[in-house]
Amino acid sequence: MCGAATHRAAHLFFKKGWKGANTMENSVVLEMRGICKYFPGVRALENVDFTLRSGEIHALMGENGAGKSTLIKVLTGVYPKDEGSISLEGQEAHIRSPQDAQNVGISTVYQEITLCPNLTVAENMYIGRTHGPLTNWRKINRDAGKILSELGIPARATQQLGSCSIAVQQMVAIARAVDMDCKVLILDEPTSSLDEQEVSKLFKLMRSLREKGVGIIFVTHFLEQVYEVCDRITVLRDGKLVGEYVIEDLPRVKLVSKMLGKDFDDMAEIKSEEDVEKIEYNSTPVYEAKSLSGTTGIQPFNFVIHKGEVNGFTGLLGSGRSECVRAIFGADKVNGGKVFVNGRKVRIRKPLHAMKNGISYLPEDRKRDGIVGDLSVRDNIILALQVMKGFFHPISRAQAEKYADEYIKLLSIKTASSDTPIKSLSGGNQQKVILARWLLANPVYLILDEPTRGIDIGTKVEIQKLVLKLASEGKSVTFISSELDEMIRTCSRLVVMRDGKVVGELRGADLNQNTIMATIAGGES
Amino acid sequence: MSSSENKLQNNTLLATIKKIVSKQVFIPIAALLILVIFNLAADPSFFKISVDKSSSGDPIMSGFLVTILDNASELAILAIGMTLVTSASGGQDISVGSAIAIAGSVMLRVVCGTSARPESLHAPIIVAFLVCVLVSMAFGAFNGVLVSYCKIQPMVATLILFTAGRSIASWINNNQLPVVSDPKFGYYGNFIPGIPVPTPIFIAAICMIVIALILKFTNLRLYSQAVGINPHSSRLNGINPQLVKLLTFVILGACVAVAGFIKVSRLSTINYAVIAKDIEMDVILAVALGGNSLSGGKFSMTSSILGAYVIQFLTTTLIKFKVSANAIAAYKAVVVIILVVMSAPIVREKLGSLKKKVLSRKTVKEVA
Amino acid sequence: MLSMSINTSAEKQLKKRAGITDTNLLLFITITVFFIMYACAVIFLKKGFTKPQSFLNILNENAALIILSCGMSLVMITGGIDISVGQVTTLICMSCAVLLDRHNGNVLEALLLALGIGLFFGLVQGFLVAYMDIQPFIVTLAGLFFAKGMTTIVNETQFNVENAAFKKLKSTRIKVPYLGSVNKLGKYIPAYIEIGVLVAISVVIILFIVLRWTRLGRNFYAVGGNNQSANMLGINVRRTKFMAHLLCGLLAGIGGFVYFMHVGSGSTSHAQGAEMNAIASSIIGGTMLTGGVGNIIGTFFGVLSLSTIKNIVSSLGLDQAWWTNITVAAMLCVFLLVQSVLLARKHSKKVKKVKKVKNQVSEDSSEASG
Repeated sequence: MCGAATHRAAHLFFKKGWKGANTMENSVVLEMRGICKYFPGVRALENVDFTLRSGEIHALMGENGAGKSTLIKVLTGVYPKDEGSISLEGQEAHIRSPQDAQNVGISTVYQEITLCPNLTVAENMYIGRTHGPLTNWRKINRDAGKILSELGIPARATQQLGSCSIAVQQMVAIARAVDMDCKVLILDEPTSSLDEQEVSKLFKLMRSLREKGVGIIFVTHFLEQVYEVCDRITVLRDGKLVGEYVIEDLPRVKLVSKMLGKDFDDMAEIKSEEDVEKIEYNSTPVYEAKSLSGTTGIQPFNFVIHKGEVNGFTGLLGSGRSECVRAIFGADKVNGGKVFVNGRKVRIRKPLHAMKNGISYLPEDRKRDGIVGDLSVRDNIILALQVMKGFFHPISRAQAEKYADEYIKLLSIKTASSDTPIKSLSGGNQQKVILARWLLANPVYLILDEPTRGIDIGTKVEIQKLVLKLASEGKSVTFISSELDEMIRTCSRLVVMRDGKVVGELRGADLNQNTIMATIAGGES
Repeated sequence: MSSSENKLQNNTLLATIKKIVSKQVFIPIAALLILVIFNLAADPSFFKISVDKSSSGDPIMSGFLVTILDNASELAILAIGMTLVTSASGGQDISVGSAIAIAGSVMLRVVCGTSARPESLHAPIIVAFLVCVLVSMAFGAFNGVLVSYCKIQPMVATLILFTAGRSIASWINNNQLPVVSDPKFGYYGNFIPGIPVPTPIFIAAICMIVIALILKFTNLRLYSQAVGINPHSSRLNGINPQLVKLLTFVILGACVAVAGFIKVSRLSTINYAVIAKDIEMDVILAVALGGNSLSGGKFSMTSSILGAYVIQFLTTTLIKFKVSANAIAAYKAVVVIILVVMSAPIVREKLGSLKKKVLSRKTVKEVA
Repeated sequence: MLSMSINTSAEKQLKKRAGITDTNLLLFITITVFFIMYACAVIFLKKGFTKPQSFLNILNENAALIILSCGMSLVMITGGIDISVGQVTTLICMSCAVLLDRHNGNVLEALLLALGIGLFFGLVQGFLVAYMDIQPFIVTLAGLFFAKGMTTIVNETQFNVENAAFKKLKSTRIKVPYLGSVNKLGKYIPAYIEIGVLVAISVVIILFIVLRWTRLGRNFYAVGGNNQSANMLGINVRRTKFMAHLLCGLLAGIGGFVYFMHVGSGSTSHAQGAEMNAIASSIIGGTMLTGGVGNIIGTFFGVLSLSTIKNIVSSLGLDQAWWTNITVAAMLCVFLLVQSVLLARKHSKKVKKVKKVKNQVSEDSSEASG
């Protein structure tokens, strides 16, 4: 068994000609060969190979729609593979269901929480893998409590999972996987809902698992994180394998170009200084809030944005940055404060009020708050404009078709037709459709909450360019992103939040990593 | 060369067939066709329509087809409202039968006043009808408020009215069974003298035209679909999901009033325990048969209405074959299960892959 | 007495678990309401509520409903619904009656027939729901129609069963010690329950154990909570759903036979609306139709609450037929509102609390790091 694995590894060694003998130390734990997967009309995976050695953290990279998720789902038995073979420690593995995958030692933590909110934390860690017909509650509560405290997860074993924050739920999912003595641990975008401290905690955990000889597949969009923890990178593009690289051999720029399949033009230059200077800070602001407060745990805050300005809210996850913009849009209950649009006092208590005043809001959670899954791309694009026109003034089919085609072209949305349901598009294209919806509503003030989350780098760049273009056309934009460098590149002013309070406003020379970090962390440090 | 041409033709034919099959309207139409063919084979006289004289000497059309169109009227009208409710709330209103009892009871109460057998009409029929519509819409709103503002699942929320409805109906008339002697009252459920077509058919047609106009000139379709698919997203786009859900229930209330009016007009009286019994089941089946997802979202109004006629067609066919009125349910159930299984995505997928295999084998043969 | 002990143990559990789950909260409300209601009835409407036998009669009358409601709760916990149980009961009564009287069957055969019919419905409906992915409402609606039609095909007229062995079984009364009462003539009348009550109570206990401790039972909750997650957690969702419907069918079989033992006749109008009563009991007992939340003990108390309120209404002198239905509906309405309000409030509180905790945690750790 072991011999076969070494043999294969040796074979690979000669075939691909890796440098560095140290890679040979670890035995191959998982080998996928020639994996193909077809969906109606789409080739999701075409002849993809993937090799994972024990005791390594292996990043799986690619743009959205490159086939990362499909490969993971094939590996975990969610989708049956159409062709190819999977072998685990040299032995052919037949994985037909998530159960099979668990049984052979493959555990997965998915991007979306895949636990049951109605069960307790402890039960979520043990359900589906206890032995014997009866549940020993005392034992699982005790065991779970031990693991939770070992990993420093702030949750009680007997707590109902639904009452935990998303980050804690994610960590519980990891705790479950960790406890399963898995040989292969798959982390599918685990960090997208964690803040920095939680991420570093997770990395600590990943490193200690690596020491124990677990092979970890790490899927993420955050390049920094890849370079922080990973040993090796496999890049996919359009369902095909681009290659497997040792991390030292692949600088960031090269990685990005491999992922995009073209040379990456440097992003640092996209903001031109003149545009920023054009903003007239003395004119009447487009939007102004005075001691606006909401019921979602944010302190009353003041906020101003001028014509042609791009600003941003920043802060740790849960600092209230999203809650602030939701209050501006009237998405959550607002219970105090004055709001002025173009100097005129207005009342914004619900989204429709905001929309009528020319404010648009692209929500943070695309799946839950953004797309209307089963509706066509066309209906999704015209939705906001339609609502603003009112119940009794439907947009004609021909007109809707025209709008849809215009924006599909403008934002180069990849879709079979405007009739395609939006849910069958990739994440980046869905986001573009939502953007199109709000652009069509022709706002004067556009709020984009995490528009670049969970989408591929190519689209990220496009969206940032679009933001700057909109600003140069005289629209005001609030841009929120959890990636600081994106914010620094696009925004001319940053509002910094901590614990539901505005703690600082940075502009000009202060817009650099260090100052922002210091402001977020607080005055004392 | 000719074979390749043949193949091309085959392919375009297949493509068009595929296009037709993938349309939602295909399901009820296919069901209807099967029933029609079955009846043609069993007894072609099923489709005979004759013009007879009624007891008062007026010409009336009779025949099974006329009966189907006539009797399906209430079902079709209710299917309109139920489709909207299903779309927006992702659940069904199981209280329509009870609500019809209430509507009918209110109607008779206004028309007859307090006496059980009045000599003349106590109030004009139009006034009674309007009162009946208002009351029904109020009950619809009650269901709607429970579903939208109290966030109770529709099935459960309407269970309340389902349980209490018939009791409320008999309470309204103090448990009496009023009988209307004025023949004019019966026109709406039977025939208007001189017109050989049953009146309910016209009423149903009017309802369909009204809903078609509403769907054309308002955003009802987009709003209820958006709310049914993703209420969070709808809210952030300025739609008030609660209001839309409430609206669909109120519309269903209006449909119930019309259906209730037809029902009491047919007999000129009411029996609280029996009127529109089990009609909620038929209506829900109609919506399902129309290929609409019962968990909300996209809908096709035409398919639902067609579905209602298919259900009635099935009922009438079974009655014709001397199946006792009570046993019909069993046959209906079997037919419904077959239809639903056939249209289940899993089965369709399997059939599709089977077809592909057969086709690929054929092409292999052709190549050989 | 039994119910009392369960109540206290539930309360203990509540105290032990500082973070109370939805299931336990709803259970607590149900039990509290039942006891308050019954206590009020005993205090203000002495007649007909003070005697232990009047409480036992509630059990005697509703043994079948308890069993049906248990089955309903199982399916509802997995996120489904089974509206066929009432008509299946009717079909079972009619079939058993016909078997006993017209075909000279014996009681055992009748019992097997009842279980067979129940299992058949469970099997077919479970298969269609779980493996064909058809909405449970539609499948069981068809099941309801089918059972209804089959009943009239088996026999249309109502008749009483004259089979001697069965009549003996039907009239068997089990005396309950210490709960008897003395009548006006000074004669001691022992309190009694029917066999069905024993069956019902065993079903409740068995299902409570199944749901609380067995893997299958926990899988029901997981599937109801989020069936995609359950699948990812390595639970066979299809089989779990299938099992829920199968068990519900089996319980409909048992419940049907218990009902048959209680009424001792076959009629097309038997068990009318039983499915709605079962759904109502489950909901009053704290089972959510969305799935994942519910408790069998709650369901048991749901049935008791439902029938107690019916008894209260009729002993208030509102014995016209409509009052019962209207009160039941009103009660259902109140319960649904209370539940939705309570859950909504609890969740909003929790969110705030979690946020606060989280902030504290982050502050602590930032201090530690600084």
